[in-house]
Amino acid sequence: MKEYWSKNISKVLTLLGVWFLVSYVFGILLVDTLNTIPLGGFKLGFWFAQQGAIYTFVALIWIYVRQMNKLDEEYGVNE
Amino acid sequence: MSILTWTYILVGVTFALYIGIAIWSRAGSTKDFYVAGGGVSPLANGLATAADWMSAASFISMAGLISFMGYDGSVFLMGWTGGYVLLALLLAPYLRKFGKFTVPDFIGDRYYSNTARTVAVICALFVSFTYVAGQMRGVGVVFSRFLEVDINTGVYIGMAIVFFYAVLGGMKGITYTQVAQYCVLIFAFMVPAIFISIQMTGNPIPQLGFGGSYDGMPILDKLDGLHRELGFAEYTNGSKSTIDVFFITAALMVGTAGLPHVIVRFFTTPKVSGARKSAGYALLFIAILYTTAPAVAVFARVNLIETVSNQPRTELPAWVDNWEETGLLSWEDKNGDGLVQYVADAEANEFNVDRDIMVLANPEIAGLPNWVVALVGAGGLAAALSTAAGLLLVISTSVSHDLLKKQIAPNISDKQELMWARIAAIIAVVVAGYFGINPPGFVASVVALSFGLAAASFFPAILLGIFTKKMNKEGAISGMVSGLLITMYYIARFKLHWIGDDATSTSSDWWWGISPEGFGTVGMMVNFIVAFTVSRFTPETPQDVQELVETIRIPSGAGEASAH
Repeated sequence: MKEYWSKNISKVLTLLGVWFLVSYVFGILLVDTLNTIPLGGFKLGFWFAQQGAIYTFVALIWIYVRQMNKLDEEYGVNE
Repeated sequence: MSILTWTYILVGVTFALYIGIAIWSRAGSTKDFYVAGGGVSPLANGLATAADWMSAASFISMAGLISFMGYDGSVFLMGWTGGYVLLALLLAPYLRKFGKFTVPDFIGDRYYSNTARTVAVICALFVSFTYVAGQMRGVGVVFSRFLEVDINTGVYIGMAIVFFYAVLGGMKGITYTQVAQYCVLIFAFMVPAIFISIQMTGNPIPQLGFGGSYDGMPILDKLDGLHRELGFAEYTNGSKSTIDVFFITAALMVGTAGLPHVIVRFFTTPKVSGARKSAGYALLFIAILYTTAPAVAVFARVNLIETVSNQPRTELPAWVDNWEETGLLSWEDKNGDGLVQYVADAEANEFNVDRDIMVLANPEIAGLPNWVVALVGAGGLAAALSTAAGLLLVISTSVSHDLLKKQIAPNISDKQELMWARIAAIIAVVVAGYFGINPPGFVASVVALSFGLAAASFFPAILLGIFTKKMNKEGAISGMVSGLLITMYYIARFKLHWIGDDATSTSSDWWWGISPEGFGTVGMMVNFIVAFTVSRFTPETPQDVQELVETIRIPSGAGEASAH
């Protein structure tokens, strides 16, 4: 069970790393730099702050759901 | 048919639907009342969570706010969605496994202390009352504008409806009405957005039309150009400092994950995996509105500027007159040329427009059919009522379960507890209605207050309770209390101006340039630091609590939510 928990923690930390990257790094800290890159009719940094980050958040939760279902099954702790 | 007739029809039909659902899903036990019997499917729970979450503020005010804030408005978009990632990954599954009814239940049991439970109850009540007062006000405002009754009558009608399904049905009634309310509100938000997107950019998907072209160039470049001409900050750049944007976003995210009326929704699913899944559904449904809102903001902003800027006042369309009557829009011909000067410079500006108009009047501005205009009214009501009901449930549960059953009178029967929950819900409806009619000054600061307090108290306490076995009651309680106090102090000083000299509480006096809206993040950090420090010098967590933490980390054997 210790192994199950540490695998859980490492998955969560990886996903939260992406969560931090798309919102705080791309959408806020590096927004001016990314704004020099056009994406269709958007500036890239602005797009991340008002669109891209939100799409990524939705994807992150569903990836987590799938990964955890697999992990639960592997360790026989699924319901 | 006129807008008014359409509004009566649409509001009447949707209200009949909500009441029908409430009668069909009456609560028979405390378990029905608190967690809908623990049998809500992840999809239904996701829909209900989305409706619970999206309030009158999300529906009516947010797109308007972004419209005036441009890039700075991103704090709401990222903050109010990113919190769900924290909720799904760090809190929801474990709280579901813990399997009780409320957030104070968790705090009280995990920190083996009724003091901790009481601190949690006080926070839950405070956060929920602040929030619900704003919702009741929102109901009144929508009624008054669309049904032409006065705001107070609107609040009374709203109270009667919420009373009906929150008091009768408890969580069960609320959950299924919220599913219906989500459908109404998202339809009402998307229909005008799609119409306007087609009108302005030829693309029926607002999220893409947002990056589409208008007048031969990308619509965002067009808007940046208009802003430069009129002296406003460029729309896509904003004017807040980077550190402030960072801290506000963090406070809103962490606050979202710590709001009791959102957390409690994840107690209603039958399994731990269901709790994870319903967080995924919830954010998906929320994201539909949250990715459309910034597009609506841009379309509305361009439309507004092009319609009014430098046009003769006498030739402006009828909606300007209609909204001028409500006092939410005003024009004063300062230089006497009969043209509307809408510019950044306050001295020369002649045109003032309330940000709430941007969503409510958007269909009129774009010249959409009457039924679409009426639909927005029904959607705004669905958003406000669903959130108010969720909050009222947290308030009544806090009183009947966390205070009465768990502390004052542990021997009352299930039936008596259910009766007390209903009585508490009735009192809560009346108090919320009172605040809706006589809004206290702090309602305007609702964002800073409720999110800041939730971020500074609940989030760290729950997180530490799950992820560190060593966190003991002394650490958790002192952490919550210090996080709360410093956040309250900062908001009272810099937002409400209740403490200290006004001259020394301007934005240049903010600590590290962080606005009161973002200070919840600092409160959270203080909570963590104090909690860790105190727990090092106080007795270790008892063995049985450490074992409790072990069990909530493993999904299997969740069983049903229970009071015992």
